[in-house]
Amino acid sequence: MATLNLLVLVCLLYVALLFAVAFGADRAALHGRSRWLRSSLIYTLSLSIYCTAWTFYGAVGFAARSGLEYLTIYLGPTLVMIGWWYTLRKMVRIGRSQRITSIADLISSRYGKSTLLAVLVTVIAVIGTMPYVALQLQSVALSFDAFAEAEPGGRAPNTEATALWVALGLAIFTVLFGTRNLNANERHHGVVMAIALEAVVKLFALLAVGVFVVWGLSGGVGDTLARIDASNIARWEVSGSRWVGLTMLSAMAFLCLPRMFQVMVVENEDERHLRTASWAFPTYIMLISLFVVPIAVVGLDILPAGSNPDLFVLTLPLHAGQDGLAILSFLGGFSSATSMVIVAAIALSTMLSNHIVMPIWLRMSGKHAMMSGDVREVALLARRFSIVFVVLLGYAYFRLSGGGAALAAMGLVSFAGVAQFLPAMMGGIFWRGATRAGALAGLLVGAMIWFYTMFLPSFGASLLMPQAVLDHGLFGQDWLRPYALFWTNGMDPVVHAVMWSLTLNILTFVTVSIFSFPSPLERLQGAQFVNVFRHTSTTGTWSGGLGQSEDLLTLAQRIMGAVPAQQFFAAAAQRQGLEGYLPEPSTDFLQELERELSGSVGGATAHAMVSQIVGGATVSVEDLMAVADETAQIMEYSNQLEAKSQELQRAARQLREANDKLTQMSVQKDSFLSQISHELRTPMTSLRSFSEILRDSDNLTSEETRRYASIIHDEALRLTRLLDDLLDLSVLENGQVVMNEQVGTLQTVLDRCTAMAVGEGRKLEIIRNREAEDIVLHTDLDRLAQVFINLISNARKYSDAEAPVLTIRSALDRDRVLIDFTDNGSGIPTEEQSVIFEKFARVGQNEAGGAGLGLAICREIMQRLGGSITYLPGQSGTAFRVTLPVSTRVAAQ
Amino acid sequence: MSRKPSSLFVEREVYRKRRMIDAARVLPILGAALFLLPVLWRSPEGLGLPTTHLMGYLFGIWLLLTVGAAALSSYIASIPEPDEDPPEARG
Amino acid sequence: MTKKVLLIEDEPNIIEAVSFILSRAGLDVKTHSNGHDAVEAVRARDPDLVILDIMLPGRNGFDILQDIRADADLADLPVLMLTARGQEKDRELAKRFGVSRFMTKPFSNAEVLEAVRDMVAP
Repeated sequence: MATLNLLVLVCLLYVALLFAVAFGADRAALHGRSRWLRSSLIYTLSLSIYCTAWTFYGAVGFAARSGLEYLTIYLGPTLVMIGWWYTLRKMVRIGRSQRITSIADLISSRYGKSTLLAVLVTVIAVIGTMPYVALQLQSVALSFDAFAEAEPGGRAPNTEATALWVALGLAIFTVLFGTRNLNANERHHGVVMAIALEAVVKLFALLAVGVFVVWGLSGGVGDTLARIDASNIARWEVSGSRWVGLTMLSAMAFLCLPRMFQVMVVENEDERHLRTASWAFPTYIMLISLFVVPIAVVGLDILPAGSNPDLFVLTLPLHAGQDGLAILSFLGGFSSATSMVIVAAIALSTMLSNHIVMPIWLRMSGKHAMMSGDVREVALLARRFSIVFVVLLGYAYFRLSGGGAALAAMGLVSFAGVAQFLPAMMGGIFWRGATRAGALAGLLVGAMIWFYTMFLPSFGASLLMPQAVLDHGLFGQDWLRPYALFWTNGMDPVVHAVMWSLTLNILTFVTVSIFSFPSPLERLQGAQFVNVFRHTSTTGTWSGGLGQSEDLLTLAQRIMGAVPAQQFFAAAAQRQGLEGYLPEPSTDFLQELERELSGSVGGATAHAMVSQIVGGATVSVEDLMAVADETAQIMEYSNQLEAKSQELQRAARQLREANDKLTQMSVQKDSFLSQISHELRTPMTSLRSFSEILRDSDNLTSEETRRYASIIHDEALRLTRLLDDLLDLSVLENGQVVMNEQVGTLQTVLDRCTAMAVGEGRKLEIIRNREAEDIVLHTDLDRLAQVFINLISNARKYSDAEAPVLTIRSALDRDRVLIDFTDNGSGIPTEEQSVIFEKFARVGQNEAGGAGLGLAICREIMQRLGGSITYLPGQSGTAFRVTLPVSTRVAAQ
Repeated sequence: MSRKPSSLFVEREVYRKRRMIDAARVLPILGAALFLLPVLWRSPEGLGLPTTHLMGYLFGIWLLLTVGAAALSSYIASIPEPDEDPPEARG
Repeated sequence: MTKKVLLIEDEPNIIEAVSFILSRAGLDVKTHSNGHDAVEAVRARDPDLVILDIMLPGRNGFDILQDIRADADLADLPVLMLTARGQEKDRELAKRFGVSRFMTKPFSNAEVLEAVRDMVAP
C-alpha cells in the first residue's frame, strides 16, 4: 500500500511541478522574458507529444507482438520531418500568414472559409481522436493497476474507476492551462513549456529503463543481442504491405493529427525552428525507440508468460524490485499520456468551439446579442466544455471497447481516421484546382469507409457492428464486408481500411474538384494558400460602410479584450492618418481585423461576425469577385489594364498638349506671317509708288526728284534691314548660331557702341561711369555690342524727351555684370512692358525704320550668352537692364 | 552581411544554397527508399533476416539521415535567404 | 467743284505718295495719321471719299469703318481700304463691314487714281 500511496503522492507532486512550470512560463511570457521559451529546442521537445503512452508502453507491446513493425510509426514522421522543405514549411507559413487556429480552420479557410467543411473536419477529428485519448487513459489506468497488483495483499484493481479519475484530473488540468488565453495564436507558453518538460521526463525514463534492462537485467549489449536472436521475434516477419502501409500512414497522421498541427503550426513561434526540428526531432524519436526491442525481448524472457507486454516498461523494474526506477518509468508513461491528452483536448476544443459552438450561438443570438453579451466569455466557456467533452468521449471509447485492446491497435484507428484530412489539406496547399465540393465529397467518402471498415469494428464484433455484417457484408452484400471491401480478401485489416478509404477519398476529391466550379472567395483563398511564398499578404475581400467602426470595436473588445482591441484600432487609425481609436472601415483594415479575430474564434466565425456588422459586404464581394472572375490572374490582368489605361490617358494628354502647342504655334505662325507680310509690304508700297511717280510724272522739280529718290533709297535700306533682322532672329531662335568667345573689357565694348551710335540721326547725350566699366568679359563681344547698339539707337529714336539723354550704369553684383540703360523719356506704359520683347511689338508712334524685331533679337542674344535683358520698371524713363555672367563660358551650341 | 565580396562570390553562395536545398529535397526520398528496402530482403533459406541485423541497418540509416539533415539545415541556415525558389509554386 | 479726299494713314512716305498722286489729279487731299480720333476727323472734314488703312496706331481700320457705317450721316460715304494686310479674310471682313472698295499695298498709282475718280464721280 505504501508504494501505491507513494505513487499517488509522486503523481500529485509531479502535476504540481507541471503547474509551476506552466505558470512560470506564462508569467515569463507576460513579462516579455520569454526568449528562451521560444527557442527551437522547446519547439522540438513540444513536437514529442507525437510520442504518447502508445510509444512509451505500446511500442514495447507492439514489438513483443510483431517485431520491428513498431518502427514504422516512427519512420513515417522521420521522413516527414526530414522532408520539411516540401510540406511543413508551407503549412507553417500558411498557418502564420492566415492566423490559422487548427487543422479544421486550415481546411475551411482554404476552401472559402466554409463552415460546413470546418464542421465536418471537426467531427471527424473528434471521433478519430477518441481511440487515442482512450489509449492514454487505458495506459495510465493499467500502470496504476500494475503497481496495485505488485502490492503484497493489494486490493483488486478497478481499472475503470482509475481511468475515470485520470480523465477528470486531466480535464481539469487542461481547462486550467489551455483556456487562460482566448486567442489560440497567443500561444500557450505555459502548456508548451510543461510539454517540453514532460518530453524530457519520458525520454529520460525510457532510456533509463532501457539502460537498466540492457546492462542490469541482461548482460550488456552482446548478451541482449543474443537474447534477441533467441527470441520469437528474432526474424524479420513483417508483411511488406504493412511495413509500407504503416510507414505511410504514420507519415500522413503526423501531418494531420490535430494535436500535431497544434504544436507544429499553431504554436510555432519562428519558421526557423522547423529547420532545427527537422533533424532534432528524428533524433528524439530514434532515441526513444532504441531500447524498445531489448525491453520487449527481456520482458518476454524474464516475466511470467501471459504478462501484458504493453506494460513491460513498468513491470520489468517492478519485477526486479527497482521501485525507484519503476516510479520514474511510471512518471514517463504518465507524462506521455498527459501531454497528449492536454494538447489534443486544447486542439479539439478550439475546433469545437470555433467551428460548431460559436457559429450556432452566433446564428441563434444574432448581432444584438453579439454586441451586448460577452463573446469572449461565451468562447471560453465553449472551449472549457469542449475539453471536458473530448476527454469524456475518450473515456467512453475506453469503456465501450472494453479496455482490452492492444494500445497500438487503438492508435492505428486514430491514425487512419485523421489521415482522411490529408488529400483535402495537401490538395489545398499545392493544387489551385481543389474545390470545396471536392474536399467535402472526398472527406465524406473517406471518413465513411474508415468508420465502416475500421472504427466500428474496432469495438470488437457484435458490440457496434453485428457479426453478420462482419462476415457477410452490409445487407448481406458480399462486396461490402468491412474487412474485404470489393472482394479484396486476405488483406491486413489496417492496410485494407487505409488503402480503400484513402484511395476513394483521393479519387472523389480529385474528380469532384475537377468537375465542380469554385466560388470566387475559394479561388482567392486557393491562390493565397498555394502561392503563399509568392504573396504572403492577403487580397481584398471587405468593403465597409462608414459608422461601423464603433460596432467593430465593441465586437473586438469582447473577443480580444478591451486593451488589445483598443490598441489594435488605434494603431490602425494612426496608419490611416486619423486621431483617436476609430479607423475608417477600409478593406485593408477589415481584413486585418478579421485575421486578428480569426486567431481567437477561427476564420469562418470571424468572417461571419465581421459580415454581420459590416453587413451585405459578403454579397457585394461575391458580386465583385464574380465580375472580376479569375481572382488572382484577373487582378493581375486588371492591374495591367489599369496601367495600360493610365498609359493611354497619359498618351492622350500628351497628344492633347502637343495639339494645343501646334495650334498655338500655328496661330503664332499665322500672325507672324501676317506681320511679316505687313512689314514687307509697307516699304514696298513706298518703293513702288515713288518709283511710279518718278517714271510717270512729267515736270517734277529737281527738288522733288531728289527727295523721292532718297525716299526710295531709305525704304530700300529699311527693307534690307528688316530682312537682315528676320534672318538674324531666325538663326538665333533655331540655335544655329555660333558664339565666338572673346576677351575684352566692358568699357571697350561700350566705347565702340557709343562711337557707332554717334552721328546717326538726332543727337543723343550719353552719360557713363567709365571707372565701373573696367570689367573683363569672356563672351561674344560682337553680339553683346549688337545688343548695346540696339538699345542706344532705340533711345535715340524713341525717347520723347526734348533733349534725349541716355545713362549707362554698370555694376558688378557677385558673379554677374549689370548694365542699365536709362533714358530721360516718359518710359513705357506698364501694360506694354510685357510685350516689348515680342516680335513686331512696337510702342506708340512708329517712326520709319523700326520693324519691331530689335528687342526680340536682343533677348535671344542675351539668352545665348547666358544672361538676360529685362525692362527695368520704376525708373524715371525707359530703362533696360542687361545681365551677364562675368566669366561663364558662352552657352555652348 | 558585408557587401564586399565580388558578385561572383555571392552568386556562388546562392548557387550553393540552391543545391543544398535540392539535397534537402532529395534526402527524404532517399530515406524512404532505404527504409522500405527491407521489404524486398530474404535470406537464402527463404526466412526473414535476423532482427538484430535489421536493427543495425535501420538505426544506421536513421542516424545517417539525421546527421545529413542536421548538416543541410545548418548549411542552409548559414547562408542568407536567396529569393524564394519558384519550384515551390508548382502544383 | 473739287472733291475732298480724307487719307487716314500712319506711314509718312505713303501719305506723301498718295497725296502727291491725288493732288496732281486735282483732288483736295487732307490727311490724318492716327486711329483714335479718325471718326471725328471724318465728321469734321466731311470728305467725299475716305481712304483708310487697317493697321493704325490707336484704333484699327475695321473699327473705324464700322463706326462710319453706323453713323446715319456717313452711311453712304464711299470708303476705299488701302492696306498692307492683303489676306482674303481681311477682304471678307471689310466687305461685311460695308467697305466700298478694297485695295492692297503695294498698289499701282494709276489704279488708285482710277478707283478714286470712279468713286467720287457724281
